[in-house]
Amino acid sequence: MLEAQEYVRLQVITARAAVSRPFYFHDVVEQFEQIGIGSLTVVVLTGFFTGAVLALQTGITLDQFGARPFVGRLISASMIKELGPVLTGLMLAGRIGSGIAAELGSMVVTDQINALRALGTDPIRKLVVPRVLAGFFMAPVLTVIANTVGIIGGWLIAVFQLRVASSLYWSSIIEGLYMDDAIMGIVKPFCLGYVIVTIGCHVGLRTTGGTQGVGRATTAAVVAASVAVIAVDFFVTRLMITLLY
Amino acid sequence: MTTQPVTDRQTAVIDAEPPAIVLEHVNLAFDTNVILRDVSFSLLPGHTKIILGASGSGKSTILKLILGLLKPDGGRIYVNGERADTMSERELMAVRADLGMVFQEGALFDSLTVAENVGYKLYEETDLPIAEVRARVEEVLGFVRLEEFIDRRPSELSGGQRRRVAIARAMAAKPGILLYDEATTGLDPITATTIDEEMVKLRDLEGVSSIIVTHQLRDAFFVAEHEAIRERQGFRINRAGAAKADEAEFIMLRDGVVAFEGNAAELRASRDEYIRTFLS
Repeated sequence: MLEAQEYVRLQVITARAAVSRPFYFHDVVEQFEQIGIGSLTVVVLTGFFTGAVLALQTGITLDQFGARPFVGRLISASMIKELGPVLTGLMLAGRIGSGIAAELGSMVVTDQINALRALGTDPIRKLVVPRVLAGFFMAPVLTVIANTVGIIGGWLIAVFQLRVASSLYWSSIIEGLYMDDAIMGIVKPFCLGYVIVTIGCHVGLRTTGGTQGVGRATTAAVVAASVAVIAVDFFVTRLMITLLY
Repeated sequence: MTTQPVTDRQTAVIDAEPPAIVLEHVNLAFDTNVILRDVSFSLLPGHTKIILGASGSGKSTILKLILGLLKPDGGRIYVNGERADTMSERELMAVRADLGMVFQEGALFDSLTVAENVGYKLYEETDLPIAEVRARVEEVLGFVRLEEFIDRRPSELSGGQRRRVAIARAMAAKPGILLYDEATTGLDPITATTIDEEMVKLRDLEGVSSIIVTHQLRDAFFVAEHEAIRERQGFRINRAGAAKADEAEFIMLRDGVVAFEGNAAELRASRDEYIRTFLS
């Protein structure tokens, strides 16, 4: 209960700090680079192989109904609505959530957070706001990249393994894609990015117990963020279905 | 003999000024664990207060309370005449502008260079031109004799060098009050003496008021009983006269309570069994 209260409190003070001065622009740019560019490789690889394996698996299933040419439709819908946001979210939870918790946790246990405050800097403005902004805005960008690469991975399998005509694959992708799906696919990563980063910051800033505590905080952040990704995905999907369909 | 009247006059002027820091009946407990009980003392401008005590006696907590990093459960804390214990985090930023703190392990920022660490406050929290900040950074690093390490990372420094960088960082923005939290703990005697000399220099040459938290008696008595004298070619550290040594006050904490308050001579002469054991 106290954890939840403190988590909400962190979000309130972060929101206040994000819209008032001083604003550490340099740190925001740095975090956009670290979270965005730094996560590109893992997200691209995850997206590619997810799209490829999806094509392989669905190809076999669709064959039973003689629907192999529709493999593109299935891949685009699955990737954009569900797999792209969730898998990107899980990758970010592992990479960003753990990194933030470990970094902030180490700063707490080595008194660097207190040193920041002693030097007249608000740690929320300096450390939390840039990370939250970067997580919030870069998660959708990374998700779009993962979706794109996933569809390309599916295309490679569809064309070279399943022997589906390339033009048929792409026309099937476009036919299977609706605006509502695209909206759902782009709204989700905003929520997931925000949740992953705020959990990482919350857990990191509440670290106690020296280096062992940092280890515990890192594990806790990854577990909590991963579960949160799945849970938030469910609730956002439910909400979006109500609003859009 | 020649310096005695000057020291007395300076002391008289200093004593007329309001205290730099005042703690009045401060209490703090975490759940049922009492950390500080009815702690009161004041620090005069340009003077040194040395807080002694065993590990866990609440020494470092006092510094955190003064900085506003912790809030007391009861009592009042004044910094430069302003009541700090009731201030919000935003209001405390102004109070902290005149406070510098040297943390126990240095607490240097790993990701920044020595220059960026030392100039952090000036780079981030002021509008000073970069060249001016760089000049100040070089000046304070020269003060702690670490100019050649300006572009190194904290991980490339020894323990003693990191503490000296921490001192340079604390003094870069020219605060009137410096708080040292176990600045010499874990260091060899030669490096510890170098740090002690920096504290004496800052007090006597820069007029900085200081609170020194330590359980290293050798360092505590060194700072209390030495003085820095400016010379044409730098400075000299001498054994202080009786009047100068009297200015440094000791506080002995025992289980969160002030067990002793007085100067070095009074501390040495104490008949209290706990203090005798601590000093032995």
